[in-house]
Amino acid sequence: MIEVKNITKSFEDKTILHDVSATFYTGKTNLIIGQSGSGKTVLMKSIIGLIRPEVGEILYDGRDLMKMNQKQIKEIRKEIGMLFQGSALFDSETVLGNVMFPLVMFTNKSREEMVERAMFCISRVNLSGAENKYPSEISGGMQKRVAIARAIALNPKYLFCDEPNSGLDPKTSILIDELLSDITHEYNITTIINTHDMNSVLGIGENIIFINKGHKDWVGDSKAIYHADNDAINDFVFATHLFRQVREMHNK
Amino acid sequence: MWINSTLSSTGQYCLFISRIFSLPDRWSVFFKRTVQEISKLGIDSIPLVIIISIFMGAVCTIQMQMNTTSPLMPAYTVGLATRDIVLLEFSNSILCLILAGKVGSNIASEIGTMRVTEQIDALEIMGVNSANYLVLPKIVAFVLFMPVLVIFCIGTSLFGGCCVAIFTDMISLSKFIYGLQALFNEWYVWYGIIKCFFFAFIIASISSYFGYYIKGGALEVGKASTNAVVTSSILILLFDVILTKLLLQ
Repeated sequence: MIEVKNITKSFEDKTILHDVSATFYTGKTNLIIGQSGSGKTVLMKSIIGLIRPEVGEILYDGRDLMKMNQKQIKEIRKEIGMLFQGSALFDSETVLGNVMFPLVMFTNKSREEMVERAMFCISRVNLSGAENKYPSEISGGMQKRVAIARAIALNPKYLFCDEPNSGLDPKTSILIDELLSDITHEYNITTIINTHDMNSVLGIGENIIFINKGHKDWVGDSKAIYHADNDAINDFVFATHLFRQVREMHNK
Repeated sequence: MWINSTLSSTGQYCLFISRIFSLPDRWSVFFKRTVQEISKLGIDSIPLVIIISIFMGAVCTIQMQMNTTSPLMPAYTVGLATRDIVLLEFSNSILCLILAGKVGSNIASEIGTMRVTEQIDALEIMGVNSANYLVLPKIVAFVLFMPVLVIFCIGTSLFGGCCVAIFTDMISLSKFIYGLQALFNEWYVWYGIIKCFFFAFIIASISSYFGYYIKGGALEVGKASTNAVVTSSILILLFDVILTKLLLQ
């Protein structure tokens, strides 16, 4: 479980996060949603430790990231898997090389054991047969799946996903969402997904945190969101005619 | 304003260097990457070095022959002067200025693209010291291989001069070779090799710095490559003056 307590972050004279507190549960898909510029990326980067808030606490199962030195932060990052918006695969490595990378860097396994583990992760994301291809030779959706395989190679306790569906068609987006949800439940990971995708919000959101103008504005799950009495989240989630119709049908 | 940004960049460069020169997470990975970088930055530069050196050696010889027409100057002066030009400046300073363009832009664009596509962030989040992982093998490989390129450059430049003697009637080959051997000072070779270590470090570290701290997109990668080449070239010239003063006096 990751707990964020009263964090505030400013850039020069502009405050991006105002006293935000939130809890991200283990074994659940935790979603951070909000409009562009609302501060959700700053919140995620703060939790990972790429940005340091001025005040507050970020607790990884009780361990405060804000009080850790660089060595301790480096250690805790070995428990983190991250899926980037653009996949961030290493161009010079094959699919197998990318998935094996964290194993090579942080384990003392033999090459055979590393290949075995990497092949298991590749098969888990349904990419068996693509292990010798380079990132430039596979589609965007496949790249996302390779990035997920790399993220889970070290059995992480925490999985962060920054806009995992950006640039993907709806069908592939659903596949990625289902994969993330399955992996979260299967390995009991604390998964935090930063997303704009309303299909994800309504489909896999077990703990949704809505950030509005740097404030935590609403918390709930994908069922509660249909009955939210918050104008900002209703305007954001049900902005399109299609989703308004979905809500009307759901509430009937 | 200009002074502030220069001081800020210098400080950031020093912090960058301190991150690079820490112990690698995995020595086996470091050695593997160093060998790959020797191939990419060093061995792949050999054809360029050979082509440029042959032509520059030939041009130097022709220029010396055309400008030493005084009967008071012995014919072997052409070989002697060509050799000293090659040993003192061309095989190290000029060669490194040329390599700053090839290798420097290669390093800056490679690391810059990794920054833009979040590959460096991915390394950091995995707990890898990205500066050390990406840059140290490049610096070590280029500094280690640079003397080899200098030796290649010296050999092929003098061969280019010999070609002028062989294929034209400007100077006889025997007088040219006599000139190459006359009044030889071994220190000039060491002087060139010592300088090339500094220049190789400048090219690899400055180019990596510009690539590593890119902010923005593809357009910035191009700008970073240009800035890397320009800054490396200026620093090479500056250090050329300082090292010449220190090593030859």
